[in-house]
Amino acid sequence: MITLNQVRKAYGNDVEIGPVDLQIPAGGVTALVGPNGAGKSTLLTMIGRLLGIDDGAIEVAGYDVSSTKSKDLATIVSILRQENHFITRLTIRQLVGFGRFPYSKGRLTTDDEEIISQAIDFLELAELEDRFIDELSGGQRQRAYVAMVLAQDTDYVLLDEPLNNLDMKHSVQMMQHLRRAATEMGRTIVIVLHDINFAGHYADHICAVKTGSVVEFGTPAEIMTAEVLSAVFDTPVEVIDGPRGRLAVYY
Amino acid sequence: MTSTRKGSADHTAAPTSGAAGVATPEATSASKGSAEVKSPLLSWKLAVGVVGVLLLLVLSLLTGVYDIFGGDGGAEMFQITRVPRTIALVLAGAAMAMCGLVMQLLTQNRFVEPTTTGTTEWAGLGLMLTVIVYPDASILARMIGAIIAAFIGTLVFFLFLRRVSLKSSLIVPIIGIMLGAVVGAISTFIAVQTDMLQSLGIWFAGSFTSILRGQYEILWVVVIVVIAVFIAADRFTVAGLGKEVATNVGLNYSQVILIGTILVAIATGVVTVVVGSLPFLGLIVPNIVSMIRGDDLRSNLPWVCLLGIAIVTICDLIGRVIIMPFELPVSVILGVVGAAVFVGLLLRQRKRG
Repeated sequence: MITLNQVRKAYGNDVEIGPVDLQIPAGGVTALVGPNGAGKSTLLTMIGRLLGIDDGAIEVAGYDVSSTKSKDLATIVSILRQENHFITRLTIRQLVGFGRFPYSKGRLTTDDEEIISQAIDFLELAELEDRFIDELSGGQRQRAYVAMVLAQDTDYVLLDEPLNNLDMKHSVQMMQHLRRAATEMGRTIVIVLHDINFAGHYADHICAVKTGSVVEFGTPAEIMTAEVLSAVFDTPVEVIDGPRGRLAVYY
Repeated sequence: MTSTRKGSADHTAAPTSGAAGVATPEATSASKGSAEVKSPLLSWKLAVGVVGVLLLLVLSLLTGVYDIFGGDGGAEMFQITRVPRTIALVLAGAAMAMCGLVMQLLTQNRFVEPTTTGTTEWAGLGLMLTVIVYPDASILARMIGAIIAAFIGTLVFFLFLRRVSLKSSLIVPIIGIMLGAVVGAISTFIAVQTDMLQSLGIWFAGSFTSILRGQYEILWVVVIVVIAVFIAADRFTVAGLGKEVATNVGLNYSQVILIGTILVAIATGVVTVVVGSLPFLGLIVPNIVSMIRGDDLRSNLPWVCLLGIAIVTICDLIGRVIIMPFELPVSVILGVVGAAVFVGLLLRQRKRG
């Protein structure tokens, strides 16, 4: 379980987060949704201890992220940011190998190699594993990054807009991979999503964030209503029953 | 699930207990085993490289105006100048190439090295201030002055980078070169005021001409730096993935930056005091190695050392024979060669977009 208790953060000049109280249950996929600048990514970054908090406390699986050693947290929670800028020419396999750094500090054991192979296979990258990441398409690269955080073998995986820059097909594939990671590997996945319909279909829980606060938290059935979505996104949203569940229509 | 199955079967047996627990059984055989993935540290190619560099070093030992075989006291001359000079080539070449690599990883920028970040200029300023304050400072004291200034200068550069958070690859070296020019101008101003302009010119022009027995031994300090880089190689590679990825896998990012800065400052400080500035060496060597071999840092390190030694030795040999019996400083040759390679790298990067 991820617990946020009265978390506060002043960020930039006028962006203020919190106070946020939130409990994200262990297991399944939880989607963070909300308008631009609402603080979704900031919340995720704080849970992943990449950004300090001004006040309050965040616990992941009972570990306080501010006081637990970073190298210990690295075996409990992993986080992937949206922008990744690498100058090193690494192959997919070398990149995914860095997911094992918390355990092996760079000297990969046979067990590490095994886990790396599994992560690569899980994201269907086996044929590309010796290609350099700067030679890949956007979708392949994104999968390689996700393979890296999965190889880190943490119970909690935080992903900041992993669908960014992906086309329809690759977005769907990515969500299916993440869904499987939650179901088959038992990971708890927290993901920032822009497309509410992806959240409605693939997530177990949806957390709606608006102007630095959590305004709604519930199952897709509870959140996917015209009333809730219109209020969260500040724009008229209709919800209709589609062939695969409810759909938000906002244009 | 697709699988290439070109890998060996060494890992197809029992999935490990700590494994991620993928249910699909065919998954385990799809990826390659470790033996094939890692390029071995010692290979015949590396052996060829070592032999090639050794040949260059022998050539360096045999090149010079003085006839060491026939002349009076040839053997002694050999030991007083040729041997120290060649050792200095090895130490300075390897150290500066490594410095370039470390700085490139820490700044996540391919165009960074001690002479494009102002580190060398800071070391020169530190050296000069030490000499002004203590006119008869020992070489050790000068070295410490240079190292401290190089450390401060590199930190200033890193802090500046962090503040403006510029990752654009070309702006960073431009800022560094400008910073270096400002520091160099301050040094020149102080030198003019204190009548030291000539000494300043000699210090900055990197040259192995004046390397003599009894004066260069302090250069052995850089061996410590080289060993330290080898030990911390994995940390530097992870730091090279950026602060967020590095923190995610539990690396103490600030600590690694600090260690890297200290190592770079030590090597740059010592080399600046003993040899002078070696422009572009740290820039071109890691880039060429990465272009050919990719970026498996640990197996690249010996190559970075070797290529650094080879390039500095070749440039020194050219400097020694081109206007025989006189010599050109190695920094002049390196500047010309390095600038050409630098432009080549820029063009290549543009092509790749």
